[in-house]
Amino acid sequence: MSTPDNDVLLRVDNLVKYFPVKSSGYFQKKEFVHAVDGVSLSVRRGETFGIVGETGSGKSTLGRSIARLYDITAGSITFDGQEISQYSQRRMRPLRRQIQMVFQDPMGSLNPRRRVGSIIGDPFAIHGLATGAERKRRVQELMERVGLNPEHFNRFPAEFSGGQRQRIGVARALAFQPKLIICDEPVSALDVSIQAQVINLLADLQAEFGLTYIFIAHDLSVVRHVSNNVAVMYLGQLTEIAPADDLFTVARHPYTGALLSAVPLPDPDLSERREQIILVGDVPSPIAPPSGCRFHPRCPKAAPVCVSTIPVLEPKLGDKPAHVAACHLPMAQGENLADFHPTIAAAQRVIEGGGLLSGDEAEVSTVAAEALATSDTPQPEGRRQ
Amino acid sequence: MSSSPEVRGRHAVKPTATAGAGAGTAIMEPSPAAKKIEGRSPWRLALERLRKDRAAKIATGTIVVIVLCALLAPLIASWVGHGPNQLFVDTGLDEEGNPLAPSSTFFFGTDSNGRDLFIRVLYGARISLVVGVLATLISVALGTFFGLVAGYIGGVVDSLIARLIDVVLSIPFLVIAISIAYISHPGFWLVVFVVGVLAFTYPARIVRGQVMSLKEKEYVEAARALGAGPLRIMFIDLLPNVIAQVIVYGSLLIPLAIVSEASLSFLGVGIPPPTADWGSMINDASGYYQAGFWWYLLFPALALLITTLAFNILGDSVRDAMDPRGAGIYE
Repeated sequence: MSTPDNDVLLRVDNLVKYFPVKSSGYFQKKEFVHAVDGVSLSVRRGETFGIVGETGSGKSTLGRSIARLYDITAGSITFDGQEISQYSQRRMRPLRRQIQMVFQDPMGSLNPRRRVGSIIGDPFAIHGLATGAERKRRVQELMERVGLNPEHFNRFPAEFSGGQRQRIGVARALAFQPKLIICDEPVSALDVSIQAQVINLLADLQAEFGLTYIFIAHDLSVVRHVSNNVAVMYLGQLTEIAPADDLFTVARHPYTGALLSAVPLPDPDLSERREQIILVGDVPSPIAPPSGCRFHPRCPKAAPVCVSTIPVLEPKLGDKPAHVAACHLPMAQGENLADFHPTIAAAQRVIEGGGLLSGDEAEVSTVAAEALATSDTPQPEGRRQ
Repeated sequence: MSSSPEVRGRHAVKPTATAGAGAGTAIMEPSPAAKKIEGRSPWRLALERLRKDRAAKIATGTIVVIVLCALLAPLIASWVGHGPNQLFVDTGLDEEGNPLAPSSTFFFGTDSNGRDLFIRVLYGARISLVVGVLATLISVALGTFFGLVAGYIGGVVDSLIARLIDVVLSIPFLVIAISIAYISHPGFWLVVFVVGVLAFTYPARIVRGQVMSLKEKEYVEAARALGAGPLRIMFIDLLPNVIAQVIVYGSLLIPLAIVSEASLSFLGVGIPPPTADWGSMINDASGYYQAGFWWYLLFPALALLITTLAFNILGDSVRDAMDPRGAGIYE
């Protein structure tokens, strides 16, 4: 991840996105949700790059930041050789044709008061690419391409099923023939049978148009099926990046291990033999994330070093360079997480310093650690000032 | 839905209006047209619901009659042979110079100047309707624009517009209106302008609130991802989603504008005499009512009451038709 590479379509370096928290008074100290906190990754042309993580891990924010729907707080985004992280919305406009998004909620992402033909025609209208009969022809072409009846262009989104609506969303994203499509949980809202159809459609389109996907999902089996490389995200940071097959056979980060153990197995015997790791506690508040490794309050292998030092993403235990994990105590192959117990007590799992908001952070993390014992949600609000 | 007994009573008559469909009208409604494959827009659905509402029918009928009265006022005047400002000093006043009671010559009687009250009430409808509609158009256009801008752009712009709305709302309407009318010349356009501009706060608030929640929708993000600018998002993506509320609110603003205009005229800062106007007619009559000249006050007041009531009921029905789930503008 260092030298420039023609193969690399997108490179993200140390991307940071904080959201200000609405404070109740003017005199309160500003707080921020650390939605994405120092993420680096690179996506090669033509590949599908999966991003997994639980709800609130910042994976959607990461996707939207890459698409520059948000102004990012820090870091750089290099798309096709252009550094776009500081582009104004106006300068981004021509690039919008090359980076498109498919959204999770196929109802929410389609304007309920507009007809499907005009929704799919939007890309042409906004960039003045086609008008009148020409636009209609191209819209109907797109509808046909994604498996919709072109006769239905005069209907409203509510008249379609969930899967069809997602096809409309795909058709709209496809209108520009973009280089990169960021799919933000494109199938999470769909029935399993429909999921397969949409995934196959995406795969066909990738083969036909040479598309590159960033595929954001919380469903590991879907991600494994579609992705070449997978990044695992936890509390705004990447914990592990690996080729899909490697990740699913040799997970190095205990968080990845825990996630994988939650995937249902089709084979009941195998499922029986497998030890499921149930993580304790809730995800800590992203307003004041834990020091060191952000996973340490919930990690079965947590040790003092995890509290004091932020781990770096690097190959562990002789892995190839493509497989990196941010962990001080990576898991060896065949290791069972259930055998481990943290070598630090819950209340001592936090020390001063480290991280970005040292003082406050330590205080809140203590709360988080205490909360672990009582299985209560940490409430950082009101403890300031 | 609403807790008002009046509204409940109106809904109670609904099933009889759609005889045969029974109590399940709300569920049954789409079925007759469901045979058609053609997709129906939300507008057509609303129109169909409106057609089945008996109160809406009565209100619409009343409004049509009032509009016809206003349009045909010159024709009726020439037929009766009495102009709106014509003084019948000899035939229209008694020996002591007082107004005459309703008769076959003067259907609604005469006023203190010996003018035909019937013709003047008809002509008064023209002012009320035109001011009501024009002022509402102004307030709806201004309100929608400011609401969209404040809600979508947010930040300082939103703060400024929101404070402006607060300021306008915090000063009683009549106080501002009378002040403005005093420092400039009262007249038709001034009334339209004052009533229209001051009422922009209501639609502006509604639209602002709506837009603030709508702009978080994924379709707005999708539009931004496609490269749509703020103007396009505001007017092509968001406007169609607030227009229903705007129309509902606009239909309820018409009676408000009519009453505001009548109030200004009543206070002598509205439409200047001798133009026939319900507000100023009511004001003229107020001194005569105690003395037993009941018709002088009754007919203009009745005209005002019927007009505003009809518009209010229609507006209410429009709201029900546009939003059958009942999550109306009153929350």
